[in-house]
Amino acid sequence: MTSLLSPSPGDTSVLAGLYGPVEVKGSKELPDRAALEVLLRPKVGLPGVLERSREQLLRQTCEAVVLGGLHPRTAITLVLQVLSDAGSLLSCCLNAACMGLLDAGLPLTSLFCGVTCALDPDGAIVLDPTTRQERDARAVLTFAIDSAERKVLATTTKGSCSVEEMQQCLAAAQRAADTIFQFYRDSVRRRYSKS
Amino acid sequence: FRTVEPLEYYRRFLKENCRPDGRELGEFRATTVNIGSITTADGSALVKLGNTTVICGVKAELAAPAVDSANKGYIVPNVELPSLCSTRFRSGPPGEEAQAASQFIADVIENSQIIAKEDLCIASGKLAWVLYCDIICLDYDGNILDASAFALIAALKNVQLPSVTINEETGLSEVNLKQKNPLVIRQHPVATSFAIFDDTLLIVDPTAEEEDLATGTVTVVTDDEGRLCSVHKPGGSPLTGAKLQDCITRAITRHKEVKKLIDKVIKSIKPK
Repeated sequence: MTSLLSPSPGDTSVLAGLYGPVEVKGSKELPDRAALEVLLRPKVGLPGVLERSREQLLRQTCEAVVLGGLHPRTAITLVLQVLSDAGSLLSCCLNAACMGLLDAGLPLTSLFCGVTCALDPDGAIVLDPTTRQERDARAVLTFAIDSAERKVLATTTKGSCSVEEMQQCLAAAQRAADTIFQFYRDSVRRRYSKS
Repeated sequence: FRTVEPLEYYRRFLKENCRPDGRELGEFRATTVNIGSITTADGSALVKLGNTTVICGVKAELAAPAVDSANKGYIVPNVELPSLCSTRFRSGPPGEEAQAASQFIADVIENSQIIAKEDLCIASGKLAWVLYCDIICLDYDGNILDASAFALIAALKNVQLPSVTINEETGLSEVNLKQKNPLVIRQHPVATSFAIFDDTLLIVDPTAEEEDLATGTVTVVTDDEGRLCSVHKPGGSPLTGAKLQDCITRAITRHKEVKKLIDKVIKSIKPK
Protein backbone atom coordinates (compact mmCIF):
# COMPACT_ATOMS: atom_id res chain seq x y z
CA MET A 1 0.00 0.00 0.00
CA THR A 2 1.60 3.22 -1.03
CA SER A 3 0.29 6.75 -1.03
CA LEU A 4 1.41 10.15 -2.18
CA LEU A 5 -0.06 13.37 -0.83
CA SER A 6 0.77 16.99 -0.37
CA PRO A 7 -1.48 19.19 1.75
CA SER A 8 -0.30 22.79 1.77
CA PRO A 9 -1.34 25.57 4.16
CA GLY A 10 -0.37 28.66 2.19
CA ASP A 11 2.80 28.04 0.27
CA THR A 12 4.37 25.39 2.47
CA SER A 13 4.11 21.99 0.83
CA VAL A 14 5.39 18.60 1.84
CA LEU A 15 5.08 15.42 -0.19
CA ALA A 16 4.43 12.27 1.82
CA GLY A 17 5.04 8.77 0.53
CA LEU A 18 4.07 5.82 2.66
CA TYR A 19 5.29 2.28 2.04
CA GLY A 20 4.08 -0.64 4.07
CA PRO A 21 3.50 -2.88 5.83
CA VAL A 22 6.34 -4.64 3.99
CA GLU A 23 9.07 -7.14 4.67
CA VAL A 24 11.63 -5.87 7.19
CA LYS A 25 15.41 -6.42 7.45
CA GLY A 26 16.45 -8.75 10.27
CA SER A 27 17.94 -6.25 12.71
CA LYS A 28 15.00 -3.85 12.63
CA GLU A 29 12.35 -6.51 13.12
CA LEU A 30 10.07 -6.10 16.13
CA PRO A 31 8.34 -9.31 17.24
CA ASP A 32 5.07 -7.79 18.36
CA ARG A 33 4.64 -4.60 16.33
CA ALA A 34 5.28 -3.00 12.99
CA ALA A 35 8.58 -1.09 12.86
CA LEU A 36 7.86 2.48 11.83
CA GLU A 37 10.52 4.56 10.10
CA VAL A 38 10.29 8.19 9.10
CA LEU A 39 12.62 9.93 6.67
CA LEU A 40 12.44 13.68 6.34
CA ARG A 41 14.26 15.20 3.40
CA PRO A 42 14.79 18.96 3.42
CA LYS A 43 14.36 21.00 0.27
CA VAL A 44 18.09 21.80 0.00
CA GLY A 45 21.05 20.05 1.49
CA LEU A 46 21.44 16.78 3.32
CA PRO A 47 19.31 15.82 6.30
CA GLY A 48 20.98 17.12 9.46
CA VAL A 49 20.42 17.07 13.20
CA LEU A 50 17.22 19.13 12.98
CA GLU A 51 15.69 16.66 10.52
CA ARG A 52 16.65 13.76 12.80
CA SER A 53 14.93 15.31 15.78
CA ARG A 54 11.83 16.04 13.68
CA GLU A 55 11.88 12.47 12.36
CA GLN A 56 11.89 11.23 15.96
CA LEU A 57 8.89 13.42 16.77
CA LEU A 58 6.97 12.28 13.70
CA ARG A 59 7.84 8.65 14.28
CA GLN A 60 6.70 8.62 17.89
CA THR A 61 3.52 10.51 17.00
CA CYS A 62 2.70 7.99 14.28
CA GLU A 63 3.56 5.07 16.55
CA ALA A 64 1.03 6.36 19.05
CA VAL A 65 -1.82 6.17 16.52
CA VAL A 66 -0.90 3.27 14.24
CA LEU A 67 -2.12 -0.11 15.46
CA GLY A 68 1.24 -1.76 14.91
CA GLY A 69 0.17 -4.88 16.76
CA LEU A 70 -1.92 -5.92 13.77
CA HIS A 71 1.17 -6.15 11.56
CA PRO A 72 4.01 -7.62 13.59
CA ARG A 73 7.44 -8.22 12.03
CA THR A 74 6.79 -5.75 9.23
CA ALA A 75 8.14 -2.31 8.39
CA ILE A 76 6.21 0.84 7.57
CA THR A 77 8.29 3.59 5.98
CA LEU A 78 7.13 7.19 5.70
CA VAL A 79 9.17 9.47 3.46
CA LEU A 80 8.51 13.21 3.62
CA GLN A 81 10.01 15.52 1.03
CA VAL A 82 9.85 19.26 1.66
CA LEU A 83 8.87 20.96 -1.58
CA SER A 84 8.64 24.52 -0.32
CA ASP A 85 8.84 26.15 3.08
CA ALA A 86 6.90 29.33 3.82
CA GLY A 87 6.43 28.81 7.56
CA SER A 88 4.68 26.23 9.77
CA LEU A 89 6.78 23.43 8.28
CA LEU A 90 6.51 20.94 11.12
CA SER A 91 2.72 21.07 11.29
CA CYS A 92 2.59 20.63 7.50
CA CYS A 93 4.75 17.52 7.89
CA LEU A 94 2.41 16.22 10.61
CA ASN A 95 -0.64 16.77 8.40
CA ALA A 96 1.05 15.13 5.43
CA ALA A 97 2.04 12.16 7.59
CA CYS A 98 -1.51 11.68 8.87
CA MET A 99 -3.10 11.93 5.44
CA GLY A 100 -0.49 9.50 4.16
CA LEU A 101 -1.44 7.02 6.87
CA LEU A 102 -5.12 7.54 6.04
CA ASP A 103 -4.66 7.13 2.33
CA ALA A 104 -2.58 3.98 2.70
CA GLY A 105 -5.39 2.44 4.68
CA LEU A 106 -3.34 1.60 7.75
CA PRO A 107 -5.29 0.75 10.91
CA LEU A 108 -5.26 3.81 13.20
CA THR A 109 -6.68 4.51 16.67
CA SER A 110 -7.29 8.14 15.77
CA LEU A 111 -6.17 10.80 13.33
CA PHE A 112 -3.92 13.69 14.25
CA CYS A 113 -3.18 17.08 12.84
CA GLY A 114 -0.42 19.63 13.30
CA VAL A 115 -1.10 23.25 14.27
CA THR A 116 1.51 25.97 14.69
CA CYS A 117 0.89 29.04 16.88
CA ALA A 118 3.15 32.06 16.96
CA LEU A 119 3.08 34.60 19.80
CA ASP A 120 3.95 37.95 18.37
CA PRO A 121 5.65 40.63 20.54
CA ASP A 122 2.24 42.08 21.57
CA GLY A 123 1.06 38.74 22.87
CA ALA A 124 -1.49 38.06 20.12
CA ILE A 125 -1.80 34.49 18.89
CA VAL A 126 -1.24 33.90 15.16
CA LEU A 127 -2.19 30.49 13.79
CA ASP A 128 -0.26 28.99 10.87
CA PRO A 129 2.37 31.74 10.79
CA THR A 130 4.40 32.56 7.69
CA THR A 131 8.20 32.55 7.82
CA ARG A 132 8.28 36.30 8.48
CA GLN A 133 5.75 35.99 11.34
CA GLU A 134 7.72 33.12 12.84
CA ARG A 135 10.91 35.16 12.74
CA ASP A 136 9.36 38.20 14.44
CA ALA A 137 7.46 36.15 16.99
CA ARG A 138 8.46 35.86 20.61
CA ALA A 139 7.60 32.18 20.66
CA VAL A 140 6.45 29.58 18.15
CA LEU A 141 4.63 26.51 19.45
CA THR A 142 3.70 23.48 17.37
CA PHE A 143 1.11 20.98 18.61
CA ALA A 144 -0.01 17.63 17.26
CA ILE A 145 -3.67 17.22 18.31
CA ASP A 146 -5.50 13.91 18.10
CA SER A 147 -8.97 13.61 16.66
CA ALA A 148 -10.57 11.44 19.34
CA GLU A 149 -10.48 13.76 22.34
CA ARG A 150 -8.40 16.70 21.13
CA LYS A 151 -5.55 15.63 23.41
CA VAL A 152 -1.96 16.65 22.78
CA LEU A 153 0.11 13.99 21.01
CA ALA A 154 3.25 16.02 20.52
CA THR A 155 4.52 19.51 21.19
CA THR A 156 7.64 21.42 20.46
CA THR A 157 8.38 25.04 21.24
CA LYS A 158 10.78 27.70 20.07
CA GLY A 159 11.42 30.81 22.15
CA SER A 160 10.04 31.27 25.63
CA CYS A 161 6.55 32.07 26.82
CA SER A 162 4.61 32.08 30.07
CA VAL A 163 2.51 29.13 31.20
CA GLU A 164 -0.80 30.97 30.62
CA GLU A 165 0.22 31.87 27.08
CA MET A 166 1.02 28.24 26.37
CA GLN A 167 -2.38 27.15 27.63
CA GLN A 168 -4.06 29.80 25.48
CA CYS A 169 -2.15 28.65 22.41
CA LEU A 170 -3.11 25.07 23.18
CA ALA A 171 -6.80 26.00 23.39
CA ALA A 172 -6.56 27.93 20.11
CA ALA A 173 -4.81 24.97 18.48
CA GLN A 174 -7.50 22.57 19.67
CA ARG A 175 -10.17 24.80 18.10
CA ALA A 176 -8.20 25.06 14.86
CA ALA A 177 -7.85 21.27 14.78
CA ASP A 178 -11.58 21.04 14.01
CA THR A 179 -11.07 22.91 10.73
CA ILE A 180 -8.19 20.65 9.76
CA PHE A 181 -10.09 17.47 10.49
CA GLN A 182 -12.94 18.77 8.37
CA PHE A 183 -10.44 19.32 5.56
CA TYR A 184 -9.28 15.70 5.93
CA ARG A 185 -12.86 14.52 5.68
CA ASP A 186 -13.51 16.60 2.57
CA SER A 187 -10.32 15.48 0.81
CA VAL A 188 -11.00 11.82 1.47
CA ARG A 189 -14.61 12.20 0.34
CA ARG A 190 -13.50 13.88 -2.88
CA ARG A 191 -10.91 11.22 -3.58
CA TYR A 192 -13.20 8.28 -3.11
CA SER A 193 -16.31 9.76 -4.74
CA LYS A 194 -14.52 10.28 -8.06
CA SER A 195 -13.37 6.69 -8.38
CA PHE B 1 9.01 -12.15 36.99
CA ARG B 2 10.76 -8.87 36.40
CA THR B 3 12.46 -10.08 33.21
CA VAL B 4 9.56 -12.11 31.90
CA GLU B 5 6.75 -9.60 32.38
CA PRO B 6 8.36 -6.21 33.09
CA LEU B 7 5.19 -4.25 32.41
CA GLU B 8 3.08 -6.25 34.86
CA TYR B 9 5.86 -6.01 37.43
CA TYR B 10 5.82 -2.24 37.10
CA ARG B 11 2.05 -2.00 37.12
CA ARG B 12 1.94 -3.68 40.52
CA PHE B 13 4.17 -1.00 41.95
CA LEU B 14 2.42 1.87 40.20
CA LYS B 15 -0.89 0.75 41.67
CA GLU B 16 0.59 1.47 45.10
CA ASN B 17 1.86 4.84 43.81
CA CYS B 18 5.52 3.98 44.15
CA ARG B 19 8.30 2.51 42.02
CA PRO B 20 10.58 -0.57 42.32
CA ASP B 21 13.53 1.52 43.50
CA GLY B 22 11.43 2.89 46.35
CA ARG B 23 10.80 6.34 44.94
CA GLU B 24 7.45 8.10 44.82
CA LEU B 25 5.99 8.95 41.43
CA GLY B 26 7.04 12.57 41.80
CA GLU B 27 10.44 12.02 43.36
CA PHE B 28 13.78 12.60 41.69
CA ARG B 29 16.87 10.47 42.09
CA ALA B 30 19.79 11.74 44.15
CA THR B 31 21.49 14.49 42.14
CA THR B 32 25.18 15.18 42.56
CA VAL B 33 27.26 17.69 40.66
CA ASN B 34 31.01 18.19 40.44
CA ILE B 35 32.27 21.35 38.79
CA GLY B 36 35.68 22.02 37.31
CA SER B 37 36.92 18.44 37.12
CA ILE B 38 38.49 18.71 33.65
CA THR B 39 41.47 21.05 33.93
CA THR B 40 42.23 21.08 30.19
CA ALA B 41 38.77 22.44 29.36
CA ASP B 42 37.77 26.06 29.89
CA GLY B 43 34.79 24.89 31.93
CA SER B 44 33.45 21.51 32.92
CA ALA B 45 30.87 19.77 35.06
CA LEU B 46 29.99 16.20 35.94
CA VAL B 47 26.38 15.47 36.86
CA LYS B 48 24.98 12.27 38.32
CA LEU B 49 21.22 11.71 38.43
CA GLY B 50 21.08 8.38 40.25
CA ASN B 51 23.14 6.16 37.94
CA THR B 52 22.92 8.39 34.88
CA THR B 53 26.29 10.12 34.58
CA VAL B 54 26.87 12.96 32.15
CA ILE B 55 29.96 15.10 31.77
CA CYS B 56 30.07 18.41 29.94
CA GLY B 57 33.28 20.09 28.80
CA VAL B 58 33.33 23.59 27.31
CA LYS B 59 36.20 24.72 25.10
CA ALA B 60 36.43 28.25 23.80
CA GLU B 61 38.01 29.09 20.48
CA LEU B 62 38.21 32.21 18.35
CA ALA B 63 36.52 32.59 15.01
CA ALA B 64 35.16 35.21 12.67
CA PRO B 65 31.46 35.91 13.19
CA ALA B 66 28.94 35.09 10.47
CA VAL B 67 28.31 37.73 7.83
CA ASP B 68 24.64 38.24 8.67
CA SER B 69 25.16 38.48 12.45
CA ALA B 70 28.47 40.28 12.78
CA ASN B 71 28.15 40.95 16.49
CA LYS B 72 27.27 37.44 17.62
CA GLY B 73 29.46 34.59 18.75
CA TYR B 74 28.57 30.90 18.56
CA ILE B 75 27.60 28.22 21.05
CA VAL B 76 27.85 24.73 19.57
CA PRO B 77 26.45 21.94 21.74
CA ASN B 78 27.06 18.30 20.93
CA VAL B 79 25.59 15.41 22.86
CA GLU B 80 27.35 12.07 22.53
CA LEU B 81 25.95 8.76 23.61
CA PRO B 82 28.96 6.50 23.13
CA SER B 83 28.66 2.74 23.21
CA LEU B 84 30.38 2.65 26.59
CA CYS B 85 27.37 4.12 28.35
CA SER B 86 24.86 1.47 27.40
CA THR B 87 24.48 -1.67 25.29
CA ARG B 88 21.70 -0.03 23.32
CA PHE B 89 24.13 2.26 21.48
CA ARG B 90 26.49 1.05 18.77
CA SER B 91 29.79 2.73 17.94
CA GLY B 92 29.87 4.68 14.69
CA PRO B 93 27.99 7.78 13.53
CA PRO B 94 25.66 9.34 16.12
CA GLY B 95 22.32 7.59 16.37
CA GLU B 96 18.92 9.23 16.32
CA GLU B 97 18.75 9.65 20.08
CA ALA B 98 22.09 11.46 20.26
CA GLN B 99 21.13 13.78 17.42
CA ALA B 100 17.71 14.50 18.87
CA ALA B 101 19.34 15.24 22.25
CA SER B 102 21.86 17.60 20.58
CA GLN B 103 19.01 19.42 18.86
CA PHE B 104 17.13 19.63 22.16
CA ILE B 105 20.12 21.20 23.94
CA ALA B 106 20.66 23.62 21.06
CA ASP B 107 17.00 24.63 21.31
CA VAL B 108 17.24 25.13 25.08
CA ILE B 109 20.27 27.40 24.66
CA GLU B 110 18.53 29.35 21.92
CA ASN B 111 15.13 29.63 23.61
CA SER B 112 16.30 30.54 27.09
CA GLN B 113 19.11 32.89 26.04
CA ILE B 114 21.46 31.45 28.69
CA ILE B 115 24.20 33.52 27.15
CA ALA B 116 23.54 36.46 24.88
CA LYS B 117 25.55 35.75 21.78
CA GLU B 118 26.43 39.42 21.64
CA ASP B 119 28.46 38.94 24.84
CA LEU B 120 30.67 36.48 22.99
CA CYS B 121 31.67 39.02 20.39
CA ILE B 122 35.10 40.61 20.78
CA ALA B 123 35.28 42.82 17.72
CA SER B 124 32.20 43.18 15.56
CA GLY B 125 32.69 41.53 12.20
CA LYS B 126 36.22 40.38 12.97
CA LEU B 127 36.51 38.19 16.04
CA ALA B 128 34.16 36.30 18.30
CA TRP B 129 34.24 33.41 20.73
CA VAL B 130 32.96 29.98 19.78
CA LEU B 131 31.98 27.83 22.76
CA TYR B 132 32.10 24.14 21.92
CA CYS B 133 30.03 22.34 24.55
CA ASP B 134 30.64 18.61 24.44
CA ILE B 135 28.21 16.64 26.55
CA ILE B 136 29.19 13.00 26.89
CA CYS B 137 27.16 10.38 28.65
CA LEU B 138 29.27 8.02 30.73
CA ASP B 139 26.48 5.87 32.10
CA TYR B 140 22.99 5.74 30.64
CA ASP B 141 20.21 5.05 33.11
CA GLY B 142 17.42 7.16 31.66
CA ASN B 143 16.64 10.86 31.76
CA ILE B 144 19.55 11.95 29.62
CA LEU B 145 17.96 15.28 28.69
CA ASP B 146 17.67 16.55 32.26
CA ALA B 147 21.21 15.51 33.10
CA SER B 148 22.64 17.08 29.93
CA ALA B 149 20.88 20.38 30.47
CA PHE B 150 22.05 20.49 34.08
CA ALA B 151 25.65 19.63 33.12
CA LEU B 152 25.60 22.32 30.46
CA ILE B 153 24.56 25.09 32.84
CA ALA B 154 27.00 23.99 35.53
CA ALA B 155 29.86 23.87 33.01
CA LEU B 156 28.99 27.28 31.56
CA LYS B 157 28.99 28.79 35.04
CA ASN B 158 32.47 27.39 35.48
CA VAL B 159 33.87 28.79 32.22
CA GLN B 160 36.59 31.42 32.54
CA LEU B 161 37.38 33.18 29.27
CA PRO B 162 40.76 34.86 28.85
CA SER B 163 40.56 38.48 27.80
CA VAL B 164 41.36 39.17 24.16
CA THR B 165 42.47 42.46 22.67
CA ILE B 166 43.06 43.28 19.05
CA ASN B 167 46.36 44.91 18.34
CA GLU B 168 45.54 48.03 16.30
CA GLU B 169 48.72 48.03 14.22
CA THR B 170 49.06 44.39 13.27
CA GLY B 171 45.35 43.56 13.33
CA LEU B 172 46.13 40.33 15.16
CA SER B 173 44.48 39.21 18.36
CA GLU B 174 46.38 38.97 21.60
CA VAL B 175 45.13 36.55 24.20
CA ASN B 176 45.90 37.36 27.80
CA LEU B 177 45.73 34.07 29.69
CA LYS B 178 46.48 35.70 33.03
CA GLN B 179 43.34 37.79 33.06
CA LYS B 180 40.18 35.66 33.00
CA ASN B 181 36.54 36.65 33.16
CA PRO B 182 33.58 34.41 33.86
CA LEU B 183 30.69 34.26 31.40
CA VAL B 184 27.57 36.31 31.98
CA ILE B 185 24.83 33.73 32.49
CA ARG B 186 21.46 35.38 32.09
CA GLN B 187 19.08 32.53 32.70
CA HIS B 188 19.28 29.13 34.31
CA PRO B 189 17.00 26.80 32.39
CA VAL B 190 16.27 23.50 34.11
CA ALA B 191 14.79 20.49 32.33
CA THR B 192 12.35 18.10 34.02
CA SER B 193 11.40 14.88 32.25
CA PHE B 194 8.32 12.75 32.75
CA ALA B 195 7.42 9.32 31.41
CA ILE B 196 3.81 8.49 30.53
CA PHE B 197 2.58 5.05 31.49
CA ASP B 198 -0.54 3.43 30.08
CA ASP B 199 -1.82 6.78 28.81
CA THR B 200 -2.55 8.07 32.28
CA LEU B 201 0.21 7.95 34.86
CA LEU B 202 3.03 10.45 34.85
CA ILE B 203 6.28 9.59 36.58
CA VAL B 204 9.16 11.96 37.07
CA ASP B 205 12.83 11.23 36.26
CA PRO B 206 12.45 7.82 34.55
CA THR B 207 15.23 5.24 34.70
CA ALA B 208 16.26 3.41 31.52
CA GLU B 209 13.94 0.50 32.32
CA GLU B 210 11.00 2.83 32.91
CA GLU B 211 11.72 4.69 29.67
CA ASP B 212 11.57 1.42 27.72
CA LEU B 213 8.21 0.53 29.21
CA ALA B 214 6.74 4.01 28.94
CA THR B 215 4.31 4.91 26.18
CA GLY B 216 5.62 8.46 25.88
CA THR B 217 7.87 11.13 27.40
CA VAL B 218 7.49 14.84 28.12
CA THR B 219 10.31 17.24 28.96
CA VAL B 220 9.53 20.71 30.33
CA VAL B 221 12.26 23.35 30.53
CA THR B 222 11.60 26.32 32.82
CA ASP B 223 13.75 29.34 33.51
CA ASP B 224 14.26 31.58 36.54
CA GLU B 225 11.09 33.59 36.03
CA GLY B 226 8.79 30.58 35.74
CA ARG B 227 8.51 31.01 31.99
CA LEU B 228 8.51 28.02 29.70
CA CYS B 229 11.59 27.72 27.53
CA SER B 230 10.54 24.47 26.00
CA VAL B 231 7.80 21.88 26.18
CA HIS B 232 9.24 18.91 24.37
CA LYS B 233 6.88 16.06 23.76
CA PRO B 234 8.08 14.03 20.80
CA GLY B 235 4.97 11.96 20.17
CA GLY B 236 3.81 9.17 22.45
CA SER B 237 0.45 8.82 24.20
CA PRO B 238 -1.87 11.80 24.05
CA LEU B 239 -2.12 14.09 27.10
CA THR B 240 -4.83 16.53 28.10
CA GLY B 241 -4.01 20.17 28.73
CA ALA B 242 -4.60 19.66 32.45
CA LYS B 243 -2.00 16.88 32.69
CA LEU B 244 0.49 19.08 30.86
CA GLN B 245 -0.22 21.79 33.39
CA ASP B 246 0.63 19.36 36.24
CA CYS B 247 3.94 18.60 34.56
CA ILE B 248 4.71 22.29 34.29
CA THR B 249 3.97 22.97 37.97
CA ARG B 250 6.21 20.09 39.00
CA ALA B 251 8.93 21.40 36.69
CA ILE B 252 8.80 24.83 38.32
CA THR B 253 9.31 23.28 41.77
CA ARG B 254 12.20 21.21 40.46
CA HIS B 255 13.78 24.34 39.01
CA LYS B 256 14.07 25.89 42.46
CA GLU B 257 15.72 22.76 43.90
CA VAL B 258 18.25 22.56 41.09
CA LYS B 259 19.06 26.26 41.24
CA LYS B 260 19.82 25.96 44.96
CA LEU B 261 22.13 23.03 44.27
CA ILE B 262 24.05 24.87 41.55
CA ASP B 263 24.47 27.95 43.72
CA LYS B 264 25.75 25.85 46.59
CA VAL B 265 28.35 24.14 44.42
CA ILE B 266 29.50 27.39 42.80
CA LYS B 267 29.95 28.97 46.21
CA SER B 268 32.01 26.02 47.40
CA ILE B 269 34.59 26.39 44.62
CA LYS B 270 34.85 30.19 44.64
CA PRO B 271 37.46 30.43 47.46
CA LYS B 272 39.98 28.63 45.19
